[in-house]
Amino acid sequence: MLVFILKRLLVAIPVLLILIVGTFVLMYTAPGSPFATDRGVPPAVLANLEAQYGLDQPFVVQIWRYITGIVTEFDFGPSFIYRDQDVNDLIAQGFPVTLTYGFWSFVVAVIVGGGLGILAAVKHNTWLDYLAVGISIGAQVLPNFVLAPILVLIFTLWLGWLPGGGWQGGQWQYVVLPVIALSTSFMASIARIARASMLEVLTSNFIRTARAKGLPMRRVIFRHALKPALLPVISYLGPAFVGMITGSVVIDIYFSTGGIGQFFVASALNRDYGVMMGITVLLGTLTILFNLLVDILYAWIDPKIRY
Amino acid sequence: MALLDVQDLLVSFDTPDGTVHAVNGMTLSLEAGESLAIVGESGSGKTQLAFAILGLLAKNGRSTGSVRFDGREILNLPEPELNKVRANEIAMIFQDPMTSLNPYMRVGDQMAEVLMLHHGASKTKALAESAQMLDAVRIPDAKARLRMYPHEFSGGMRQRIMAAIALLCRPKLLIADEPTTALDVTVQNQIMELIADIQRDFGTALILITHDLAIVAGSCARTLVMYGGQVMEMGATDDVFEAPSHPYTLGLLNAVPRLDIPQEALQSIPGDPPDLTRLSPGCPFSPRCALAHDPCGQTMPVLTGFGEGRFRACHSDREAVV
Repeated sequence: MLVFILKRLLVAIPVLLILIVGTFVLMYTAPGSPFATDRGVPPAVLANLEAQYGLDQPFVVQIWRYITGIVTEFDFGPSFIYRDQDVNDLIAQGFPVTLTYGFWSFVVAVIVGGGLGILAAVKHNTWLDYLAVGISIGAQVLPNFVLAPILVLIFTLWLGWLPGGGWQGGQWQYVVLPVIALSTSFMASIARIARASMLEVLTSNFIRTARAKGLPMRRVIFRHALKPALLPVISYLGPAFVGMITGSVVIDIYFSTGGIGQFFVASALNRDYGVMMGITVLLGTLTILFNLLVDILYAWIDPKIRY
Repeated sequence: MALLDVQDLLVSFDTPDGTVHAVNGMTLSLEAGESLAIVGESGSGKTQLAFAILGLLAKNGRSTGSVRFDGREILNLPEPELNKVRANEIAMIFQDPMTSLNPYMRVGDQMAEVLMLHHGASKTKALAESAQMLDAVRIPDAKARLRMYPHEFSGGMRQRIMAAIALLCRPKLLIADEPTTALDVTVQNQIMELIADIQRDFGTALILITHDLAIVAGSCARTLVMYGGQVMEMGATDDVFEAPSHPYTLGLLNAVPRLDIPQEALQSIPGDPPDLTRLSPGCPFSPRCALAHDPCGQTMPVLTGFGEGRFRACHSDREAVV
């Protein structure tokens, strides 16, 4: 197991390198400049700025500097837009915010979605099943950029219960609406996956064996059916978590929460090369880590999988 | 009083294509410690009969009639009541050992839970008894095996484990549903020997469901031939094999390949098993029967006794069946 984890972490290094080089090439070839303004910048000033940030160097030198900077000093370079702040500062500022509501969205999506799916499967073809399926289809077709304004309309403008934006260091009132907006569609997907796989498991032969043993239905479900029913859900969790972190783009913009999603969009629009690279690398690393975590969970649940 | 007494059992399933009548008026009885083979082609309702007895029918299944076990009516009992009968008094071994054990649980846990549930045993005690039972079904190194998962066992071993689970509570009746179908021939023999030993050593009554006549001959005192969810004939196994009284039984026996007589080709019964959504009022076998005549397609023959403990349901004369 330990060997497997080490191997996977070693494989992650070339994967991240490819990600860095690929993104770097795309940005290098994309038109525009972080220093371009509407009024135009005098060529001499522009040349000075580019020299200052090393943009006048050949491509290979630029990428070599970038990678050695990360490897030797864990330095992701400066921001090209926010003066006096480097990428590490911006991520340190935004990432805890994203991680906070991302984590809670994840927890809510898994518990509510999983519970709803399993309930629907166990009460198959009853009104509870239809209700659960209805809720998950409704939630699935509602994108977060539509859901967010609806939530604000109801809970902020009509009921006045919760603030419609801001973060305030992550007080719970400010976390609730972003979490609902972000988790809803993932909750729906998890509910549908859990329901389908639970329905399949419940018709399998070993469930019939469990029933023939005289086990009460509750025990059949929780002890015999739950683990195998959750396997497909778990394989969805890796991409789902990363989807939530990137989905934060909409949340940050709509609720002004100040997470990395906001910086990510702004950096792409402003050609803020440093920030864009930094967040891309961060998301790539998270994806790799989460898929590793999912694989480890798999081995823990399914005795046939051994590394 | 018979241990198991089934009267006029009907089992049907509601499907989008209409109602499937799997079992149509089965009547049978079994004394304590007795062994009965139920034979018939696939789709003759053998397995659904067993499932109906234990209340394990699929959700769209319905059963009516009467199943008395130990003098008590158990058909369609509420689930909690039925759970006290399952495994504790009537246990079942299923057809496919490869998928009948939970692949995500250790074998020991799957065994121990039965004793913990029905006898209120502690986990330690339940595991110890489980190890003894694995020993009894001749699985070597039983204690260590308890910690293993089903995929670490062969098919034959898994069927032994299924048998061990079935025996944990010393049930009065064991229903074995095609216990050897999924296994290769050498393992088949071992499993059948094991079941015969179990029956002798534990005094368990046995219902063996199979389509393989070869394994019936050596293992069950009585045989019941089933077709279209009904009894075709019933009697002592030796009698039924030596002098079948029903054209269907004769067809089944002729279809068994033999090495002692030179044969050109395998014999088979022409035609297919009946469409269970549209049952005719007559004998279900009549469309395939060489002896079919006037009343066969219109009325179902009554199951009538003759000779010593033998029954047949056929309009033709007994002498005509040769």
